[in-house]
Amino acid sequence: MADQTSVSIRNLDLSFGAVEVLKDLNLDIGAGEFLVLLGSSGCGKSTLLNCIAGLLEINAGQIHINGRNVTWEEPSARGIGMVFQSYALYPQMTVRGNLSFGLRNARVPKAEIARRVKEAAEILQIEPLLDRKPAALSGGQRQRVAIGRALVRHVDVFLFDEPLSNLDAKLRADLRVELKRLHDRLGNTMIYVTHDQIEAMTLADRIAIMRGGRIMQLASPGEIYNRPANRYVADFIGSPSMNFYEGHLTQDAQVFESGDFRVPLAAYPFDSAQPGGRPVTLGIRPEHVLTGPMAKTAPVAMGATVEMVEPMGSDTLVWARVAGLPLRLRMDGQAAVAPGDQLDIGLDLARAALFDAKTELRL
Amino acid sequence: MSSTDSVPGGRRPARPPRRLTRNMTAKVASIPMVLTALVIFVGCTVWSIVYSFTKTRSIPKLEFVGFDQYERLWSTNRWLVSIENLAIYGLCSMVFSLVIGFVLAALLDQKIRFENTFRTILLYPFALSFIVTGLVWQWILNPNFGIQKVVQDLGFENFAFNPLSNADTVIYGVLIAGLWQGTGLIMVLMLAGLRGIDGEVWKASRVDGIPAWKTYIFIVIPMMKPVFITTLVIIASGIIKVYDLVVAQTSGGPGIASEVPAKYVYDFMFGRRNLGQALAGSTMMLVTVLIVLIPWAYLEFGSKKRG
Repeated sequence: MADQTSVSIRNLDLSFGAVEVLKDLNLDIGAGEFLVLLGSSGCGKSTLLNCIAGLLEINAGQIHINGRNVTWEEPSARGIGMVFQSYALYPQMTVRGNLSFGLRNARVPKAEIARRVKEAAEILQIEPLLDRKPAALSGGQRQRVAIGRALVRHVDVFLFDEPLSNLDAKLRADLRVELKRLHDRLGNTMIYVTHDQIEAMTLADRIAIMRGGRIMQLASPGEIYNRPANRYVADFIGSPSMNFYEGHLTQDAQVFESGDFRVPLAAYPFDSAQPGGRPVTLGIRPEHVLTGPMAKTAPVAMGATVEMVEPMGSDTLVWARVAGLPLRLRMDGQAAVAPGDQLDIGLDLARAALFDAKTELRL
Repeated sequence: MSSTDSVPGGRRPARPPRRLTRNMTAKVASIPMVLTALVIFVGCTVWSIVYSFTKTRSIPKLEFVGFDQYERLWSTNRWLVSIENLAIYGLCSMVFSLVIGFVLAALLDQKIRFENTFRTILLYPFALSFIVTGLVWQWILNPNFGIQKVVQDLGFENFAFNPLSNADTVIYGVLIAGLWQGTGLIMVLMLAGLRGIDGEVWKASRVDGIPAWKTYIFIVIPMMKPVFITTLVIIASGIIKVYDLVVAQTSGGPGIASEVPAKYVYDFMFGRRNLGQALAGSTMMLVTVLIVLIPWAYLEFGSKKRG
């Protein structure tokens, strides 16, 4: 099932006038996969989703859904359902009307419509709301109805365009879990656009991180977090974000140097043998800076001076300085540190990232 | 023990300012406008209604004659023709300007090129006065050098389009001019309403496979209800006061075939110096306006209190 392709995008180009939004984009999404398109605003992720839906006409390339070339099909003929950020419910119709309007228009038999509406309402637990108008619903309920409108279409591919962005933080977390459950239960292909990395990390089977109309990395959440393919991805994923140090490799490519800050790279998992003596960037996540007893045994150990402490309850964010360079590190929530303290730290180089300074690609 | 109310010999806290003196400056500043509204709008309206029950001619005289003026009004052929014309003009103008205005707005809303140019062209007639519109259309509809002449010169010798000289069709000639002038504004209002619709609703209806015309009728137009109500009131008030268009285009002719109530009132007031009769006519117009306004006010403001 998983090796079967559900949505396949070939050499897709899209430009608005002279502005190229998507450039030669290729993407294959497996059947039943939950793919998240992640990126900051203006990266083309929603545009790509609209292209898949058929709401935007593309300039070049092809889109296949379930093995069928749908590049020139109308959105309703592509076998997709779509959920929008603003819910986009029809305000003067009841919930039942919203769910059934498309089906009635497609002349689906009445009994079949009633059955599908009932089924969707059961799955989404909106049965008591069926005769209400959208104005009488809360944000979370409205978004459930919007999901239901995609559900009744009995399609293979669901498209979500930032569906949780209009909800408050608590509801967002609840509905996120529900979406994950829904995906487990239905097993549909889902393509989900968001700028929220938590949503991406928790929901996705694979994440496609986009920037400037290109996919920067397409991989599982774990891979993206642990082995970011380039500096942009490394910086984008993770909160607080990664520490970056501009420096260079020694001639034998065994040590990273940035002024007095010297890091032996014996434990770093290089992708391939690298020539030394060139500028590189070292990245290390705040949570991969070791402290306490672990610091002493780490292959790379050094001393740091604490400058500022941000206690956040579950953990503590420490702003420190090591060899004159700033370093953010994450400690246990109850760690007793104060500005001015000396800390022994170690760097978990197996989980660090080294990037070529020019190409910004991972070494 | 709370400290505020138990200070021995302490003064009670100052009373909250009385309602009358609160925001005094604002109240004083609004007195002129309040007086204007009361004296000119309410006062003059009441005066007009009162004097419509007297036998006043050119000098106001409080000599009540009951409904005599109204009886005369409703037995005057010219008034009846006026009312009939107003009904035809009003109904057609309401329907056509809404339909044409909405269709034009929907066409303009298709992300077309040169939208601003089209909008300006279509709104331009609205910038003209009714006198100019009336004269222009009098010429355009003139059989000797207007549309009819142009088409006949093209070789269609039997072509006849001469609404203004036929008593049965003259009001439609006036209607054409009124629509030409008025639909631009309606289109702009409708366009503003259309632009207020969330674009994602359109996307949702496309994904649902609903054709555009059905989306307009079943989703977009119901969402634009407030715009439609406001537009209807604007059209209706324009209909009731139609006067200068008729004066400029037909002077009420041929005969009395294109008379309208506002012209009847004006002629009796200033031409025939029969104030009582004119005021009876204007009171009937006021009643018509109220018939339009009260349901609107109920729809527009009444429902908010409940919700």
